[in-house]
Amino acid sequence: MTNPQTPEQTPDNPEHHPRTMFGARRQHEAAELAAAEEMIVSRSFWADARRRFVKNRMAMIGCFFVVLIFLFAAFGGVFAQYNIEEIDWSLLGKVETEGGPNLTNGHWFGVDELGRDLYARVVQGTRVSLLVGFVAGITSVMIGSIFGAIAGYYGGRTDQFIMAAYNITLSIPYIIFFVVWQAFFGRSVTQMVLVMILINWTAGLLITRGQVMTLKNREFVDAARMLGLSDLKIIARHILPNMLWVIVIYTSITIPDAIMMESLVSFLGVGIQEPQTSWGALISEGASTMTYGTLWQLMFPALFFAVNQISLYYIGDGLRDALDPKER
Amino acid sequence: MTLLSVENLSIRFGTPDGDVHAVNDVSFDIAAGETVALVGESGSGKSQIALSILGLLAPNARTSGRIMYGGRDLLSLKRRELNKVRAKEIAMIFQDPMSSLNPYMTIERQLNESLELHEGLRGAAARKRVLEVLDAVQIPDARNRLRAYPHEFSGGMRQRIVIAMALLCNPKLILADEPTTALDVTVQAQIMRLLDDIRRDMGTAILLITHDLGVVAGSCENTLVLYSGKVMEHAPTRALFAEPQHPYTRGLLRAVPNIHDEAGALHAIPGQPPNTMRALTGCPFAPRCVDAIAACHQIVPPLEGDALRQRACIRPVEELT
Repeated sequence: MTNPQTPEQTPDNPEHHPRTMFGARRQHEAAELAAAEEMIVSRSFWADARRRFVKNRMAMIGCFFVVLIFLFAAFGGVFAQYNIEEIDWSLLGKVETEGGPNLTNGHWFGVDELGRDLYARVVQGTRVSLLVGFVAGITSVMIGSIFGAIAGYYGGRTDQFIMAAYNITLSIPYIIFFVVWQAFFGRSVTQMVLVMILINWTAGLLITRGQVMTLKNREFVDAARMLGLSDLKIIARHILPNMLWVIVIYTSITIPDAIMMESLVSFLGVGIQEPQTSWGALISEGASTMTYGTLWQLMFPALFFAVNQISLYYIGDGLRDALDPKER
Repeated sequence: MTLLSVENLSIRFGTPDGDVHAVNDVSFDIAAGETVALVGESGSGKSQIALSILGLLAPNARTSGRIMYGGRDLLSLKRRELNKVRAKEIAMIFQDPMSSLNPYMTIERQLNESLELHEGLRGAAARKRVLEVLDAVQIPDARNRLRAYPHEFSGGMRQRIVIAMALLCNPKLILADEPTTALDVTVQAQIMRLLDDIRRDMGTAILLITHDLGVVAGSCENTLVLYSGKVMEHAPTRALFAEPQHPYTRGLLRAVPNIHDEAGALHAIPGQPPNTMRALTGCPFAPRCVDAIAACHQIVPPLEGDALRQRACIRPVEELT
């Protein structure tokens, strides 16, 4: 044999090649495919989203302000010269003329109608509003999402039952519910959070229900069932991560909504009990005295409230742009 | 040796407008290591047969008949028991590799799921097995791609991963539901060859569901031709292609475009598939059949023949055009 390249030894001849698991001709093919497909650096969805979010200028400005407001709520009290219920007798009867913002007497934001330090009260109000908004907002969305996921996944009777509960909740006039609830259980922050969750538990329910209904018909969920996974694992590992972005976005909308609702009921006078206060209550007090020219009483709480709400909405907007797969 | 035996399987779906008769009295066997093709047009119930084997039918489905596997009737198994059969004994490959992988999970995590569940493998042992299988399905450079997400792979590569997922626990039977439909022709050939290799090297039986006769011709030993949820003809593939004995099979084979046909005319079977909202009262193909006689519309033809080949037609082969 003069030619070493007999047909039997050509790598392209599949018949006479030593067999590995599937025969070497496949290895050859695989090498070609490897060359054809470029190596891509893996980047997860969340890393991608973070990058897009950080690039969003308005969302970053929003984050900056929200962080400032949080710092103010946490450490603002350190700089307060008075406590929230202490009446500055020296200003009694002179609030209109001498109660304004003043750096020498320690009333940074001035005093309110009764001569109490407004700075201390705004710190207190910020704490209450943020606490109620974030705790009630996040808890509501979590509860709503869980029920929405159950309704969407199981359908049928379960779905009908949950949807009935949803519709009943929607038909309750919430301000009346507030008044009645607080008449029975008092007007503490805890009760406030509780009643807000009770009213808002439907937040995110419809949207998660719809998402789960679409997702459960996707083939990868069938594939997961084919693998023999339990319902709980299918929901937790395959369905939930696929709609987490919806829940995140919805939470970012629900938090400012919860703050808004709290402010509204406080403005109407059925919110937090004095001397505790909140943004809504402070705005209400400030608005009632604005005709006397004590505009600072309205301006400071309203400024905090507005900056916070606008920032949160921009953050929500940024999250949606960053997380929505359709935006990519 | 018979691995799986489908006996008189019927599937109905309850809908507000009445029952849909998706599968009517289908029986067939799959031997160990054998490839059986289930051929039929859209809506002929071929996918539903596969789904019923693994208990994945929609909640409004009602089944009758039996699907015997390992001495047990899969149709009557509880979810908990069925979960032990799923993936471990019988695995399924879905049609669209674009949607049968979870876009939010790395492929390693997805592949690990069934290993963890059925084999109790974790960590390094699981990774070793995953790499082994990924190599088997010829994913190039598998080790570096374990942490990649599905969108970073091409369609053909994804289907390989889906096949790897099915192979992980060494199942005895793979249900391949149109595994090549969503892929382009060159990739189709690679995937079919891969499935063929798997069958030969691992002795896995394959139930191949397809509407592509070309795919069947190349790779299956036995073929069932389904029409409107009923088996029309069941024969060894070679014999079926050489001399089809049922008017529907003949029509199907005639409809395959022929590259040597100078006129280039495409043959079609006139008419539409019947409405599955009604129970069968005669041969479902009769309204479109060139050989139909009056009796065809009144008698549901039984599947008759010898062990090797059966047909459901009341007219003798010799009388067909």
